Amino acid sequence: MTAVVEVRGLVNSFGRQVVHRGLDLRVEAGEVFGIVGGSGAGKSVLLRTILGLQVPTAGTVLLDGRDITRMGPAELRRVKAGYGVTFQQGALFSGLTVLQNIQLPMLEHLRLPRRMLEELAHLKLRLVGLTSEAATKYPSQLSGGMVKRAALARALALDPRLLFLDEPTSGLDPIGAQAFDELVIYLQRELALTVVMVTHDLDSLYATCSRVGVLVEGRMVSDTLANIASHPQPWIHAYFQGARARRRGMDHGA
Amino acid sequence: MYCHLQRQADGLELTVQGEWRAPALPRIDAELAALPLAGATRLAVRAAGASFDLSGAWLLRDFLRRSAAAGVRGEFAGTPPAALTLVERTLAGDADAAHLDVTQQVAWLDPAAAVEGLGRRTVRAWRKLESPLDFVGRTSLALVRAGVRLQHWRPVSVARHVFDTGVAAIPIVALIGFLIAVILAYMGAQQLRKFGADIFVVDLVTVGVLRELGVLLTAIIVAGRSASAFAAEIGAMSLNEEVDALRAIGVDPIEVLVIPRLLGLLVALPLLTVIADVIGLAGGGLLCRWLLDMPLTQFLNRANTAIASTTFWVGLLKAPVFALLIAMVGGWCGLRVRDSSRDLGRLTTQAVVQAIFLVILADALFAVLFMKLDV
Repeated sequence: MTAVVEVRGLVNSFGRQVVHRGLDLRVEAGEVFGIVGGSGAGKSVLLRTILGLQVPTAGTVLLDGRDITRMGPAELRRVKAGYGVTFQQGALFSGLTVLQNIQLPMLEHLRLPRRMLEELAHLKLRLVGLTSEAATKYPSQLSGGMVKRAALARALALDPRLLFLDEPTSGLDPIGAQAFDELVIYLQRELALTVVMVTHDLDSLYATCSRVGVLVEGRMVSDTLANIASHPQPWIHAYFQGARARRRGMDHGA
Repeated sequence: MYCHLQRQADGLELTVQGEWRAPALPRIDAELAALPLAGATRLAVRAAGASFDLSGAWLLRDFLRRSAAAGVRGEFAGTPPAALTLVERTLAGDADAAHLDVTQQVAWLDPAAAVEGLGRRTVRAWRKLESPLDFVGRTSLALVRAGVRLQHWRPVSVARHVFDTGVAAIPIVALIGFLIAVILAYMGAQQLRKFGADIFVVDLVTVGVLRELGVLLTAIIVAGRSASAFAAEIGAMSLNEEVDALRAIGVDPIEVLVIPRLLGLLVALPLLTVIADVIGLAGGGLLCRWLLDMPLTQFLNRANTAIASTTFWVGLLKAPVFALLIAMVGGWCGLRVRDSSRDLGRLTTQAVVQAIFLVILADALFAVLFMKLDV
C-alpha cells in the first residue's frame, strides 16, 4: 500500500547552510504523525516542501504515491485541493469574515450555488465547534482559540483526507489546547483523516500522535512515541526526558 | 452517474453510487436537480454502494430536505451513511441556516431615526476633524520635547530616513527636473517665437523652475515615494503589534516613529529641491542653446536679470512646509491602521492622495500669500 506522504532523500540547502541532508519520512493512511525538532532544525522548511510551496534542492516528495516535485502547475493545483493546512498564526484572510474565509477554497475549486456554499461553510464552522455568531466576524475580532478553529474549518473546506497542522496549539492556554487536541482526535476519527502536525507541545504530542518524527542533524528519526522517548540520541533524550518532560510525567502521575 | 432512479410498486427508489466527494459536488448537484420526482410521495434511498465525505453527505441530506419540502418523503433502506449521521450531529440544534442573513430594519421612514442619523453623522464628521488635529498636537509636542532634549533627536534614525527619502530619490528627482525644463522651454519657445520674444523663454524657464515647478514636482514625487512608505512601514508595525509594544515599554510611538521621519524629510526635501532647481536650470540652458541657438553666456546673462534675489528662496522656503505635510500625513495614516491588511492598503493609498492634495493646496496658498506680499 502506498503511503499518504512519503519523502525520500530530501536535501534542502540555502547557500552554505544545509537544512536537510537526505531526510526520509513515511506517513501511512489514518496516522497522526507528529514532527518535532529544535528551533531552526528545519521543521517549517520540511512542511513547506511537503506542501509543494518550495522546491527542494534534491530528493522526492510523494503525496499518495505521486511525486509533487516534478509536477506542472495545473496538476499541483489539483493536489493542493486534496489536502488541508493550518498555519501557525492561523493565516486567516484579514479582509474576509470567518464564513468567507471558509468559502474561499470552495469558491476556487467548486462551482456551486451561493446558498449551498453558505450552508456548507456553516457546516464546517459547526464541525470545529464554532457558533454561527462567529460566522460574520472578522479575524481580528476573534480570540486565539477561535482563530485556530476557524483556520481548521478553512482547511477542512474541501473535505481533504490529509491534514497538515503547523503548531496547532501554540498560543493557546492548556484548557484551550486540550480542547483543540480533542477536536483534532474527534475529526481524525470521524473523517478518517491522516494528520501530519508540527508541534512543540509535549502534552499535545502524547494526546494525539500515533507516531513521531524527530528532526535532528538534517535527518528524521521516526518511531512510535514509546520507542522514541527512550531513544539514545542526546537531543531526543533531552527533549523527552528533560526537566519539563519529567515534570509533565509527575503531574500526570505517569 | 452518481444516482439512479427506479419506479417501484410502492414509490420511487433512488440508488446512490460512486464517490460523493467535494470535487464532484457540482456534477452530483446537477444530477440530483434533473431527477424526475414529480407525483411521487415516497422515496427509498439505497446508499450502501456509495462512499461519502462530509460535503457529499450534506448534499444528500440537503436534497432529501428539499424533496421533503416538496412533498416527497425520503427514507433510507438500511442504515444511513456514517458521514450523514455526523452531519446531523454537527448541525443538531440549528433550526436552519436561514438565521444567517440578519434582516435589517428599515429605519429611514422613522422621523426620530432621521434626527438620530443627522446627529450621528455630525458627531462622526467632528471626530474625523478632531483626530488629525489631535495628531498634529501630539506631533508638535513630541517635536518640542525632541528639541529640548538632544538624545531625543535619534540622529542615526534621522540619517537613515534622510538616505531613504532623499539620497535614494536623487535620480528620479533630477530626471523630473530636467524634463520639466524641457517642457517649459519647448512650450515657451513655440509661443514666444511668434512675437519674436524668444529671449523670454529664459525668464519662463528660470522663474518657473525656481519659484514653482522645481519644488512642487519634487514634493509630489516625494509624497508618492515617502508618504506611502511611511504609512506602509508604520502601518505594518501597527498590525504586528509593534506599536503597542512601544506604548507598553512607555515610549511614545509618535516620538520614535514619526519624528525621525519628519526630521529626515525636513532635511531631505529642501536638498532635493536644490538638486531639481540646478538640473532644471541646466536643462533650460541646454534647450535654449539647442532650440534657439542661444549661447550659454547669453542665457546666463538673461537669467541673471530675470531672477530677483528672492526668487530662489521663495521656492526653497516652501520645501520644509511640504516636508512637514508629507511626513505628518504618512505617519498619521500609518498609525491608524487596525486589524487588517486591507486597512493597510486603504490607508497607504489615502496617505499618498492626501499628501499630494495638501502639497498642491499649500502651494496655491503660498502663491496667493506671495502675491499679497509682493515678492
